[in-house]
Amino acid sequence: MDSVKDRIETDIKSNDVVLYMKGTPVFPQCGFSSAVVQVLTHMGVKFKGINVLEDPEIRNGIKEYANWPTIPQLYVKGEFVGGCDIVREMYQSGELAEMLQTKGVDVKLA
Amino acid sequence: MPMAAADIETLIRTALPDASVRIDDLRGDGDHYACHVVSALFKGKSRVQQHQMVYAALKGRMGNELHAMALQTEIPASA
Repeated sequence: MDSVKDRIETDIKSNDVVLYMKGTPVFPQCGFSSAVVQVLTHMGVKFKGINVLEDPEIRNGIKEYANWPTIPQLYVKGEFVGGCDIVREMYQSGELAEMLQTKGVDVKLA
Repeated sequence: MPMAAADIETLIRTALPDASVRIDDLRGDGDHYACHVVSALFKGKSRVQQHQMVYAALKGRMGNELHAMALQTEIPASA
C-alpha cells in the first residue's frame, strides 16, 4: 500500500483545484510557484496549496505520480494540468478559464 | 554544475531528430534557460505529453542540473 500515492490521490480527489508548490499561497518561495498562484488568484479560483518543502515524501512522490520532474504542479478535478509554463500558456490563450469552467470550477475573471 | 545550452540542444535533437531548438540563457548563468522546441513528433500530443517528451530527452536533468528551464513546444505548420 503506497501511502504517498494514496495521500496524493486523496488530496487531488477531495479538492477541485490543488497546487503542489514551494511555499504557501501567501508566501510562495519560488518564482514559478508564485506565478501560478498569481494566475489562479487573478482568476478568482479557490485552490488548495500544498507546500512540498514541508513534505519531502510528497515532493518526490508527486513527480513520480505525474511523471513530471518539477514543482509547481497544478491539478484540477484530480487531473494533472501542467507546471508553470503550461499554466501560463493556457492562461494567456484563454484555455485555462475555458477548461476550469467546463469542469465546473468557479472562475471570476477580473 | 549547470548545463551548457549546446548540451541541452544535443540531447533534445538526439531524441527528436527533426526538432528545431532555440535556447536563450536568460541570466547568462547557465542555470536559467528559456527553450523553444518545434517538432512534428509533437503532433497529436497534449502539451503535457509534448513537454514530457522533451524532459525524457534530457534524461533526468530537468529539475536537477537544469534547475529552471522555461519550455515552450510547437508543432510546425507543415506537420
